[in-house]
Amino acid sequence: MKIRAQIGMVLNLDKCIGCHTCSVTCKNVWTSRDGVEYAWFNNVETKPGIGFPKEWENQDKYNGGWVLNHGKLQPKQGSRLKILSNIFANPNLPLIDQYYEPFTFDYERLQNAPDVKTPPTARPISVITGKKMDKIKWGPNWEDDLGGEFSKRAKDILFEGIQKEIHATFENTFMMYLPRLCEHCLNPACVASCPSGSIYKREEDGIVLVDQDKCRGWRMCVSGCPYKKIYYNWVSGKAEKCIFCYPRIEGGQPTVCSETCVGRIRYLGVLLYDADRIEQAASAEDPQDLYQSQLDIFLNPYDPDVIKEALKQGVPQNWLDAAKNSPVYKMAMEWKIAFPLHPEYRTLPMVWYVPPLSPIQSSIDNGLIGKNGIIPDLKDLRIPLRYLANLLTAGKEEPILKALETMISLRRYMRSRSVDKQTDLSTLKNTHLSAEQMDEMYQIMAIANYEDRFVIPSSHKEMAEDAFMEKGSCGFSFGNGCSEGVSKASIFTRKTSPVIFHDQEHDRELNRNK
Amino acid sequence: MSHLLDRLNFLKKTKSRFSHGHGAVVNEDRKWEDAYRQRWQQDKIVRSTHGVNCTGSCSWKIYVKNGLITWETQQTDYPRTRPDLPNHEPRGCPRGASYSWYVYSAQRVKYPMIRGQLARLWREARKSKDPVSAWAYISQTPELAKSYKSRRGLGGFVRSTWDEASEIVAAANNFTIKKFGPDRICGFSPIPAMSMISYAAGARYLSLIGGACLSFYDWYCDLPPASPQVWGEQTDVPESADWYNSTYLMVWGSNVPMTRTPDAHFYTEVRYKGTKTVAVSSDYGEMAKFGDIWLAPKQGTDAALAMAMGHVILKEFHLDNPSDYFTSYCRQYTDMPMLVMLKKENDHFVPEYFLRASHLADHFGENENPEWKTVVIDENTNDLVLPKGSVGFRWDKSGKWNLTEQDSKNRDIKARLSLMGQHDATVKVGFDLFAGESGIEKFIRQVPAKLITLADGTQQYVATVFDLSIANYGIDRGFGDGAKSYNDDLPYTPKWQEKFTGVKPELVIQVAREFAQNADQTHGKSMVIVGAALNHWYHMDMTYRGIINMLMMCGCVGKSGGGWSHYVGQEKLRPQTGWQPLAFGLDWSRPPRHMNGTSFFYNHTSQWRHEKLDASEIIASDTGNVFEKMALIDFNAQAERLGWLPSAPQLSVNPLEIVKQAEANNQEPVPYVVQQLKNGTIDMACNDPDNPANFPRNMFVWRSNILGSSGKGHEYFLKYLLGTQNAVISNEEECIKPKEVKVRPAAEGKLDLLTVLDFRMSTTCLYADVILPTATWYEKDDLNTSDMHPFIHPLSEAVQPAWQSKSDWEIYKLLAKKFSEIGKDYLGVQKDVVLTPLMHDTPQELGQAFDVKDWKKGECDPIPGKTMPAMAVVERDYGAIYQKYTSIGPLLEKMGNGSKGIHWDTKDEVEGLRHFNGTVIDGVAKGQPKLNTAIDAAEMILGLAPETNGHVAVKAWDSLGKHTSIDHTHLARSMEHETIHFRDIQAQPRKIITSPIWSGIESDKVSYNAGYTNVHEYIPWRTITGRQQFYQDHQWMRAFGEGFCIYKPAVDLKTTKKILGKQQNGNPEIVLNFITPHQKWGIHSTYTDNLRMLTLSRGGPNVWISEVDARKAGIVDNDWIEVFNLNGTLTARAVVSQRVPEGMTLMYHAQEKIINVPGAEISGKRGGIHNSVTRTVLKPTHMIGGYAQLAYGFNYYGTVGSNRDEFVVVRKMKKVDWMEETETIHQPQTVKA
Repeated sequence: MKIRAQIGMVLNLDKCIGCHTCSVTCKNVWTSRDGVEYAWFNNVETKPGIGFPKEWENQDKYNGGWVLNHGKLQPKQGSRLKILSNIFANPNLPLIDQYYEPFTFDYERLQNAPDVKTPPTARPISVITGKKMDKIKWGPNWEDDLGGEFSKRAKDILFEGIQKEIHATFENTFMMYLPRLCEHCLNPACVASCPSGSIYKREEDGIVLVDQDKCRGWRMCVSGCPYKKIYYNWVSGKAEKCIFCYPRIEGGQPTVCSETCVGRIRYLGVLLYDADRIEQAASAEDPQDLYQSQLDIFLNPYDPDVIKEALKQGVPQNWLDAAKNSPVYKMAMEWKIAFPLHPEYRTLPMVWYVPPLSPIQSSIDNGLIGKNGIIPDLKDLRIPLRYLANLLTAGKEEPILKALETMISLRRYMRSRSVDKQTDLSTLKNTHLSAEQMDEMYQIMAIANYEDRFVIPSSHKEMAEDAFMEKGSCGFSFGNGCSEGVSKASIFTRKTSPVIFHDQEHDRELNRNK
Repeated sequence: MSHLLDRLNFLKKTKSRFSHGHGAVVNEDRKWEDAYRQRWQQDKIVRSTHGVNCTGSCSWKIYVKNGLITWETQQTDYPRTRPDLPNHEPRGCPRGASYSWYVYSAQRVKYPMIRGQLARLWREARKSKDPVSAWAYISQTPELAKSYKSRRGLGGFVRSTWDEASEIVAAANNFTIKKFGPDRICGFSPIPAMSMISYAAGARYLSLIGGACLSFYDWYCDLPPASPQVWGEQTDVPESADWYNSTYLMVWGSNVPMTRTPDAHFYTEVRYKGTKTVAVSSDYGEMAKFGDIWLAPKQGTDAALAMAMGHVILKEFHLDNPSDYFTSYCRQYTDMPMLVMLKKENDHFVPEYFLRASHLADHFGENENPEWKTVVIDENTNDLVLPKGSVGFRWDKSGKWNLTEQDSKNRDIKARLSLMGQHDATVKVGFDLFAGESGIEKFIRQVPAKLITLADGTQQYVATVFDLSIANYGIDRGFGDGAKSYNDDLPYTPKWQEKFTGVKPELVIQVAREFAQNADQTHGKSMVIVGAALNHWYHMDMTYRGIINMLMMCGCVGKSGGGWSHYVGQEKLRPQTGWQPLAFGLDWSRPPRHMNGTSFFYNHTSQWRHEKLDASEIIASDTGNVFEKMALIDFNAQAERLGWLPSAPQLSVNPLEIVKQAEANNQEPVPYVVQQLKNGTIDMACNDPDNPANFPRNMFVWRSNILGSSGKGHEYFLKYLLGTQNAVISNEEECIKPKEVKVRPAAEGKLDLLTVLDFRMSTTCLYADVILPTATWYEKDDLNTSDMHPFIHPLSEAVQPAWQSKSDWEIYKLLAKKFSEIGKDYLGVQKDVVLTPLMHDTPQELGQAFDVKDWKKGECDPIPGKTMPAMAVVERDYGAIYQKYTSIGPLLEKMGNGSKGIHWDTKDEVEGLRHFNGTVIDGVAKGQPKLNTAIDAAEMILGLAPETNGHVAVKAWDSLGKHTSIDHTHLARSMEHETIHFRDIQAQPRKIITSPIWSGIESDKVSYNAGYTNVHEYIPWRTITGRQQFYQDHQWMRAFGEGFCIYKPAVDLKTTKKILGKQQNGNPEIVLNFITPHQKWGIHSTYTDNLRMLTLSRGGPNVWISEVDARKAGIVDNDWIEVFNLNGTLTARAVVSQRVPEGMTLMYHAQEKIINVPGAEISGKRGGIHNSVTRTVLKPTHMIGGYAQLAYGFNYYGTVGSNRDEFVVVRKMKKVDWMEETETIHQPQTVKA
């Protein structure tokens, strides 16, 4: 047994309001610079839809993730040899149009337009070519709130096994949001795809990073990642991805996307797992077993043997304490309401999702209160179970059904307390949880205090470095911040040929002369 | 940190392997990781927020790195709620998160700029003339004036200096005051709560010089007139945390996740508490995602749905099986037991006035205000009695203005709700129906009535509001004339509503039952969140009242977790009593000039010249010919002269000159003006809007983008107010001519000077004559509050204003200085006669108690403050404007402070400000507290307001107790010694103190809920009956069929028929209802030009249409389309979506033409904005004044600018032309002086 601890994330899609604040704050901090204009470490998709980049979930097209080849795990884009042979012509790479052509606008025109025949407007300009664009044709969130014809959005592969035509009408509309970021997988396909060995998973917290010193820009990780969450920086020539805000995580702070999540849907907490069983877990024959096989390698933080062994293997005590209070562990393991994204990719992702409830599809019986009280029944919900199962359990409906039942039970249970002023235990008949667990679930899901959402142990740099010296000298090095400085590389390079929208100096001069 | 790495297995430096060799541990250098760590490091974090009209009022961390503002994230340090409620962190949204983009962007306004043509004229004229003469010459020489006015919006700006720009503005203001009058200067700035000092800066300047501040909340149509109608309250609502106390939550026409983003979590989380949620929306909006039930009424028919729900509730919970809770609530807190006189009309009766003490013998023993005291029957004695609390008691100093169940003689009473069984007769009563088979008609229902004897000995039938309501809702009571079953196709059954709304009757019945049952069980914890989708319709009052009626029937208003949650516009300026003296210069002179924005713009952008809505289309049947041939502008002019609505400009003459004339004639100015008005020597300016003497001449716009956002009738603004290129297609010859208002040939370019302050190059900037660059929200100190949460918190200067920008406070200070330098000699000291309407919450709200009399028609005497506007003479020392602007004047100590009908002494607080801010050492303000900086201004607000100064709070409650004879001071005692200062809120947002200015309380026991103190402290609502009103008895209300709430279909604005198919481009044309909801990628127009938001949306203006309509018109997603009608035209791209119902198109509002808008085929000009196809249409019932709750207050009551009844033609464009040609300018000859 090799015990590892990782900070995992849960996103409660039932609370997601689709506001994109996570995307904006993330972009401001991490990708508001040259070469990554089109890159969104975090993005939010409206479902049903084909997403960003277009049809990213279609692995027949992109060949991301892993497959079982005669019982042996192998990247879907091919063996190591095949990867190397494709280095100069990767057939699986998304093209820029499948993301979008990043743009800005000719804002200076509004201030500097000469006398014109009709009011000026700032036209879009391609950040790639520097030229004016007649029409913006796609963006990172083109399908927001179901924008675009159903026939186009219905290419969404989550409709597999569903009669989708009945969902095409106005009356039967359904909608959900899917915020996405790097999954910081236990079995990352990107790591296995990198010919330079520049991608690694940090031992201490499980964060997956692209070493900017070592990356050679082969982009095999871009195609290897089935979530399309590695982006090529076309100025630095290196791959970049969500870093799980490690500078914040190390200090015990949540990621930017989590802290700024206004819907308060994000949870961060420690999970303990047995790294020796990764291959086994990812190799389950039936894709519908992968959800369970991943659960099986998580370790019980209350188990004295696990604690003892973990301490022995060097996991710090505060991490073990955090694992006990981990909201992620509770949601995924205890309450069984959170699920991994597309477990069939065999990546063992560590960003998990609570499926959403939805309005009832058709009018229910006309009595004052339905058979099971005022809270609607699961069978009436608008989003097809199979749709959610295709997203979270490789199409297996039963775990999703159980999770939604548990959430509805919570609502019935709490209504008995808040309205009837008594605890009606019959409300728990469709869930495996006790009243005490319901109380805790309510606290974490509904009250959702900051300290309940984010249980993040701070790092122990002092165990790895000369902390006394570091504290005193941190920041005084030139070019490399808090280190002795072996690297001259910077990922924040300037563009060699900047796009020029308007000759500002020239216009100012003109103004002065007027 | 460990230097150990996990790597997969084809690497070197392997230290160990795991998972059967699938993984490996390696030992490599990880120092490169510092690169990202350095990005996260910053130099400081400063607390600020976004001064934008979103109601969010979120506190943010602004990060400064290397002296630059880099980004922002939300603060998470709000004071905590109680343990059983979610906390407020992290309030914010993607728009706010993108604000830092503006600070150093190319869209930033960096320097003062002037319209090129004007700059040329000015610089030339200034070579030989002083500033005022130069302005007079340029603005009053028609050819010169036209040469720059006609270039508005068409590029050609030149850079200026602060010195030059401020001199032009000051000269123009000085000249305008002398030549035309100070009320010909006006300013538009909205929503003070979002940055109250920045608002106050301009308003203070304008108020000191005598200019008019224009209202906004009504103009935006965010003011729900139903609120003052029902409660006498502008808008008071539960904070969003109170949603969490609800156990049945309807979200009706308010897209909570999209437009109430920081609050939405209370909605999503409360479901886990077991609360049932119902989303009512005509499209599958974001809020529908969180509803257990989604009801999709056809847009604009919500009143029919609400009436049907009311029908079910009244029948089941008031008649068949009455809820004790509902009955006792309605008896005590609503007008349901009030008696209404029934007037005979042909073969039936109609409800008329509330029975008043004055109707009864000896005025029922009441000497004071008997016309304003309403009557009930006491169940104990069956006698007529006067319950305490009606508006007559409010102003008679008797201390009987309360809601205890007592009568005027201090006896305990039990007001009778229904006369059923006690009635003398059942009489046939007619009720208005606007959705009848023949349009406007009446239906007759029998109502139990009592016969009483009036003072004059005549006999009079009266009925209770309860019994009349049952009849109005169409429920049969055994008389055989109403609906017996929900399946009867009679008003207002669930079956009947289906033909308008399309909602299945079973769902209506289910929701209404659940709603009421929940309220009965929880004593009022059923809540409805309502929003712009309902309020932006012409007949919004009916939808809102329909919903409010449901809440009142179920006893939800004033109950924690219950009630009416209207969220449109950041109206809650919590410390407003501290702010008003600052903003309107009440410390130096009173009264200030205020004008209601809607009427102002309707008049001065000449939208009335294009009126196509005939009053006969909205007047109830059998109203007689009282309003024959009156156009909407005539109603407005009458309302102005009766003192119901304000005016700007006010008189047809300069108000400084008329005082001089009076003095020359040895007469008091006020009687002189009244006399001159009466004999017709002078007139009200509103009667002759196109007379050049009556134009608004100078206009300031700050904190606003009226031309790119809220300016309904955009093209009319361009044509008439600005006199520049426009796309008005409507022909005024085909429109309705006024009967009384004078019509002259249309004037174009009324405004001589448009001055705009902004940080970004908005549409309004593009049309400005002078642009002044302002500080961004991260570069200035200011205050911010909201109705959504109970905190006050600041905007703070993270870095000093970039380039040459200045804060609004500093800009107006500079203008005041320049103005005073010129004004000292040019204007000197003047006397100004100021007209004000009959104000709500003053004794003037007791104006005309019964049928309306017009002094102009000789029907009554012109009595200022009673039958016409009040008048006062104000001295203006035009050389001392700067000194006054920068100091706190003496009037606060002389006259005290107060609001909403209560007053208190405030000497202690002013003395405190002397110590806090320091004192002025010489000049007119010698010895007064200083007001130099924005922080000084903040201290003035915080020090004077009861919400931020506990001593004031206790004084204010004590003052209210004098009216109610109830001691309310316990509500503030615990906070008596608490005072909040600016630096305190920079450290952490602070919760405000409970104050009588608002109707809820701040407590750790309950969340803020509107009406809470009315219910729990027995403070009357500020209405005629003192109760919540189901019935509106004013003559005009009844004439327009709105005595009781009914369903009225949308009005026909007639803007598509005459253009449909007339200018074809070969593509099919379809006609759709044009809806402009609040949007996701901007707050109004702010952020819509921000690259982050443009990237996450579709990079420029777009219009949503249904898949069905798209197919009809041959439009596919992302096609360029043109949207037009007689009002104008716009170009955008189509978003085709299944979530939009057939027949409706959504253009999220405030998408400007400054970004990615090509030329329009119809106009041959740049395509327009969302408001290019709209026009304001006024509603006469909103003009009523001097009548208790129907009395004017700034942003409180008055006409509102609705916009959703509009239809447009939509078609695919044939050719996209970017129209970037340069114009050759003809330069007019200037004359050398």
